[in-house]
Amino acid sequence: MSTAPETGKGGRPRRLVALTRKEGLQVLRDPAAVLIAFVLPVVLLFLYAYAVSLDAQDVRIGVVLESDSAAAHDLASAFAATRYFAVTPARDRREVAPRMVSGELRGFVVIPQDFASRMISRADQPLVQVVTDGSQPNTANFVSGYAQGVVSNWLAAGRDAAPPSARFEPRYWFNPELESRRFLVPGAIAIVMAMIGTLLTALVVAREWERGTMEAIFSTPAGVLEIMVAKLLPYFGLGLIATFGCALLSIWVFDVPLRGSWLALFAISSAFLVPALGQGLLISAATRNQFVAAQLALLSGFLPAFLLSGFLFEIDSMPAVIRTITYIVPARYFVATLQTVFLAGDVWSQFLPNMLAMLAIGLVFFAIASARTRKTLD
Amino acid sequence: MNTRLRSQIVKELLSFLRDPKSRMVLIGPPLVQLLVFSFAATLEVRNVDIAVFDQDNGRASYELLARIEASSFVRDMVPVYSTAELTDLMDRRRVLIAVHFPADFSRSIAAGKPAAAQLLVDGRRANSGQIAAGYLGTLIAGFEGRSFATAGGTAPDIAVRHWFNPNLVYRWFIVPGLAAVLAMLIALLVTGLSIAREREMGTFDQLLVSPASPIEIVVGKMVPALIIGTVLAMLMVAAGVFVFQIPFSGSLPLLLLSLIVFILSVVGVGLMVSSICQTQQQAILGVFAVAVPVVLISGFATPVENMPYVLQLLAEASPLKHFLIIAQGSFLKALPPGVVFANLWPMAVIAAVTLTTAVLIVQRRLQ
Repeated sequence: MSTAPETGKGGRPRRLVALTRKEGLQVLRDPAAVLIAFVLPVVLLFLYAYAVSLDAQDVRIGVVLESDSAAAHDLASAFAATRYFAVTPARDRREVAPRMVSGELRGFVVIPQDFASRMISRADQPLVQVVTDGSQPNTANFVSGYAQGVVSNWLAAGRDAAPPSARFEPRYWFNPELESRRFLVPGAIAIVMAMIGTLLTALVVAREWERGTMEAIFSTPAGVLEIMVAKLLPYFGLGLIATFGCALLSIWVFDVPLRGSWLALFAISSAFLVPALGQGLLISAATRNQFVAAQLALLSGFLPAFLLSGFLFEIDSMPAVIRTITYIVPARYFVATLQTVFLAGDVWSQFLPNMLAMLAIGLVFFAIASARTRKTLD
Repeated sequence: MNTRLRSQIVKELLSFLRDPKSRMVLIGPPLVQLLVFSFAATLEVRNVDIAVFDQDNGRASYELLARIEASSFVRDMVPVYSTAELTDLMDRRRVLIAVHFPADFSRSIAAGKPAAAQLLVDGRRANSGQIAAGYLGTLIAGFEGRSFATAGGTAPDIAVRHWFNPNLVYRWFIVPGLAAVLAMLIALLVTGLSIAREREMGTFDQLLVSPASPIEIVVGKMVPALIIGTVLAMLMVAAGVFVFQIPFSGSLPLLLLSLIVFILSVVGVGLMVSSICQTQQQAILGVFAVAVPVVLISGFATPVENMPYVLQLLAEASPLKHFLIIAQGSFLKALPPGVVFANLWPMAVIAAVTLTTAVLIVQRRLQ
């Protein structure tokens, strides 16, 4: 770009404006781009808000009543009454076991024949047996936990048990109702943005390489950097508008509070768009082929944003090697800050280091992308 | 098989395998992803950081803290000395949970009165927070001042047994599912782009004027994706058995049959998308618009039964949902053939519908 002649008074800035305008028009004329920036996020956000839910209720279990004593019937109705379980009554465990294999039931509770005598001598045997479908570990944990709860509550209601002498009183900050949607929707915005940023740019720029129109632009006096900036600015704008739409949708439709400021939301979104767009650019510059670019954008953009960002799976629980890998996933920083800006408020002491990390990753992507681009021009 | 069809298939296979870059992205990354993501995708809770605000400094809080620090799910215990400090650590997500002992905690316990310590949990990570709070609850249960009441005397209320996966290893659940998702994504992309690429480059018209019939064109596009998807999925099943050491208790031939039907139904969807789209870019976006919802409502990440009823109905139309039941069941549950077929026929119906539609669309282009 050092060889690019300066033309007229405006020179480089004017050329940049003109280039950006050209690229912007190209984006707006492309129905696919507009579709992916405005329609797809809405659809995805709805799906994330309703399809991805960790709030288990009405888990289908069987209750096998082998005993006919009054106490056994009473406990069985206690299971039927709780809203966490949808109970299928049975008299024999052979009725329910095959239905658990087929996935129809997620577990069953056996109230044994000698339940009444077990109630009297509490010494040696447990009261009831709980069998869960371990092939779904999360649901299995839930079933055993709540079955324990139902039985203890039922026992406590039967006798005037004193409360335990020491206990923890949990209080949930930022999300007292414990709705998983509250923290999943901000996380979903991060994934939607990762897709728009990375997938869209990777595709568009890869297509230009494939069709040879990239070389056509390179033959103009504009420098590589100018061309890149002009190409990415419209997508940057598109991304910010999509963020804004997603945020409005989260607040109005999904009932997620925005406790922080809009300024903070835009600041962290802008910071995230830098590595997202950079990644897209890098992929397209490295592959120059739409099929490979799409494949790589999917595998290096969408799936890490879904699985390694802490959106659904807690990063701290991952093995150390994987935890290290998450540090180069920009969505990791975006999910953490988005959840904070929505649920907690403006915590700049958290935002700034995360924004810096995103910008740093973005700069590395851009540096590699422009190095690769320049080399092939020689 | 007639020679025209065979050369058609060979040509399609070559168009993917000839280019070293696309050869690489077809096999390499999915296997790496399987390794990385199966370790990442866990809902177990480990390495929890806890802030401690101890205004009591008595014997009871000291003993409890020692007990918490010794437990395996805790990584760091961060002492704080003011509410402001505690709020800051919580806000910055430095800790998942803060324990606050009030000044009279030990005194109340010594006097035999009930005493409560507060657990402040980060609701932004409510799922892990709830699990960790549950763990802490079991640590304090039975605490009576000087020491812990020995559990002698009474047996536990319930005896829990987890079938199929006694230790609830999350990886046993995620690997078969992830293999299915990755194979689906590859098969969708390979087919999704196939017709659209030819149309963008103008070679589709050449195909139309060739003597090949619409069915032959569709079959020619279908077989390579079927081969690539099936081989990839079987590689991942092998990785599940040999690398991840997941017990495989079901029937391998039935799994292979289901896999072929599954990939066929996915290929049908991909060809449908591809035959509608004019350019590769539209096709990729189309594939994406199909793949993401299919993954989300399939029960891969969160159970289908947690979803609203309408989405549960919609999930029936997702081939991935049925295949996940077969794949996970074949590994862990020794799924009986009856249950396999109950989930096989919906996929066969989806495959028949989508493949027929793809042929019809191509036929319409011919006229």
